[in-house]
Amino acid sequence: MTLRRQAGSSIRTRLHRFDLKGSPYLYITPFFVLFGVFGLLPLAYTALLSTTAWSPRRPGSEDSSVGLGNYGDLLGDENFHNALINTFGIGLLSTVPQLLLALGIAHLLNYRLRGRLFFRMGVLVPYITSVAAVALIFNQIFARDFGLLNWLLQPFTGGTPIDWRASTLASWVAVSVMVTWHWTGYNALIYLAAMQTIPYELYESAAIDGASRWRQFWHITVPSLRPTIIFTVIVSTIGALQLFAEPFLFDTTRNNNGGSERQFQTVVLYLYQQFWSNGQYGYGAAIAWTLFLITVVIALINFLLVRRIRSTE
Amino acid sequence: MTVTESIPQSARGRKADVHRARWPAYAALGAILLLSVFPLYWSIVVSSRDQSAVGRYPPPLVPGGSLWDNLSAAYQQGNFGVALANSTIVAGTITVSVVFTSTLAGFAFAKLRFRGRNALFTVVVATMLVPPQLAIVPLYIMVTQWFGWANDLRGVIVPTLVSAFGVFFMRQYLTSAVPGELLEAGRADGASTFRMYWNIVLPIARPGAAVLGLLTFIMYWNDLFWPLILLNTQNPTVQVAIANTSSGIEVDYSLVLAGTVIATFPMLIVFLLLGRQIIGGIMQGAVKG
Repeated sequence: MTLRRQAGSSIRTRLHRFDLKGSPYLYITPFFVLFGVFGLLPLAYTALLSTTAWSPRRPGSEDSSVGLGNYGDLLGDENFHNALINTFGIGLLSTVPQLLLALGIAHLLNYRLRGRLFFRMGVLVPYITSVAAVALIFNQIFARDFGLLNWLLQPFTGGTPIDWRASTLASWVAVSVMVTWHWTGYNALIYLAAMQTIPYELYESAAIDGASRWRQFWHITVPSLRPTIIFTVIVSTIGALQLFAEPFLFDTTRNNNGGSERQFQTVVLYLYQQFWSNGQYGYGAAIAWTLFLITVVIALINFLLVRRIRSTE
Repeated sequence: MTVTESIPQSARGRKADVHRARWPAYAALGAILLLSVFPLYWSIVVSSRDQSAVGRYPPPLVPGGSLWDNLSAAYQQGNFGVALANSTIVAGTITVSVVFTSTLAGFAFAKLRFRGRNALFTVVVATMLVPPQLAIVPLYIMVTQWFGWANDLRGVIVPTLVSAFGVFFMRQYLTSAVPGELLEAGRADGASTFRMYWNIVLPIARPGAAVLGLLTFIMYWNDLFWPLILLNTQNPTVQVAIANTSSGIEVDYSLVLAGTVIATFPMLIVFLLLGRQIIGGIMQGAVKG
């Protein structure tokens, strides 16, 4: 009797101990298992694939190791260089105005407003619109013949419509406008959230000291937002490096060239072209892995740079 | 006496002064609002006109009478019946799974003590920054060749059943929403961890889980890249369907933008009904991040 009770209680203690020490792992297991299989494994597999010349069009080529040959080819691949330049160009043209605008809009939304929810919902409408829909709507707006924007610009262009897809700079501007329109409101809400945590007394005493609103904005608001600014810069830079849908849909021929002369072919669009149109699995993987490394490096540089700029002020 | 009273009073006067919006702020916000909404309005204008009206200057700036004709033409051409059903299944299934796995893991990271908790949570945060596009080649090989899910909704759904952002979001939410004393009281009463999760944490988690669900649903309703690779034109999601309508040298913008109207309006209705929660969710994720 006593023995059995002891055994029972020891099982119970063991269960209890497992419940305390072991069960937390059960709760995080679904996430880590699925993430491991569909997140980490493919990333590692990308590295492996990038050392092969695998193409589904050449049976048996999955075992054809080329070492770092794909990376060597990338170094000399002019189309890849072009795609990198396009990605950085469009990235700068979209990220910088987007975040500055978002900061301004957040500042406006931070006033005591009538119809607060109405304004907040209004600026978030573009974010609810899918990137594909955004690109297609702006395709019409940026159309050379009978596009809405060219009609508005008629007084300035003297009747010669701008071919937004033809030149590098014009196509970068067009794609950047799509990106900016889609993301600005979202970033504004993120800044707004951070602004609302700034203690009101800071503004109060600055106002008593006679600081103008502009000075308050630069000397109180912006420095207080530093962590949030770092966060949004990193997130939107990573987003810019991944740019695909807008340039993909902007070229209506869908040959994934990003314009007749690859004016707006981004790195991910080039990756898609190599992988999907040309069936170059190995080479595509090498592009992906290179872009991953670039992403990590740029995220780090961003982090250090933004931190530095704000702290020297 | 008069001096000490007048100082806080004038400060209060300034308080209203510093924060209240005046007309320039309203004017600027009005302009921003117009720019935010105009492209969608424009999509309705174009999709309510026939092609010849769109290909003319000056362009029509108000909706015409062919909206219904263009919507139904686009609906049939773009396979939107299948597409809407597919998008609902895909976004719905992913949402349920993400919310479930994220509340579980978020609860463990927020409220349970275990070895390696901080390191593992750092891994979660780091993975938020890894763009999924980069693993596209092996993911395609895995899903189509290992699992045999080419042109199969399972291939779209299964790789995205969990979300690092979701875990992060629920962890932040539950850390502040669930009082530690409540769990300690439960523990003292001999409740198992799962009972506490089920009876205490889940009811409290509901508002946060709803917001996460909304954001997840919108995100996967709008996703293009992966479904585009996996699904063919016979079996598209709405985003793949609208991407398919718009290729070619001569683009019929009336039909293309009618497609975008079909793809966008379900989300806009959700947004009109639940905008407050969606905005709250985005701002919450931002502050606590």
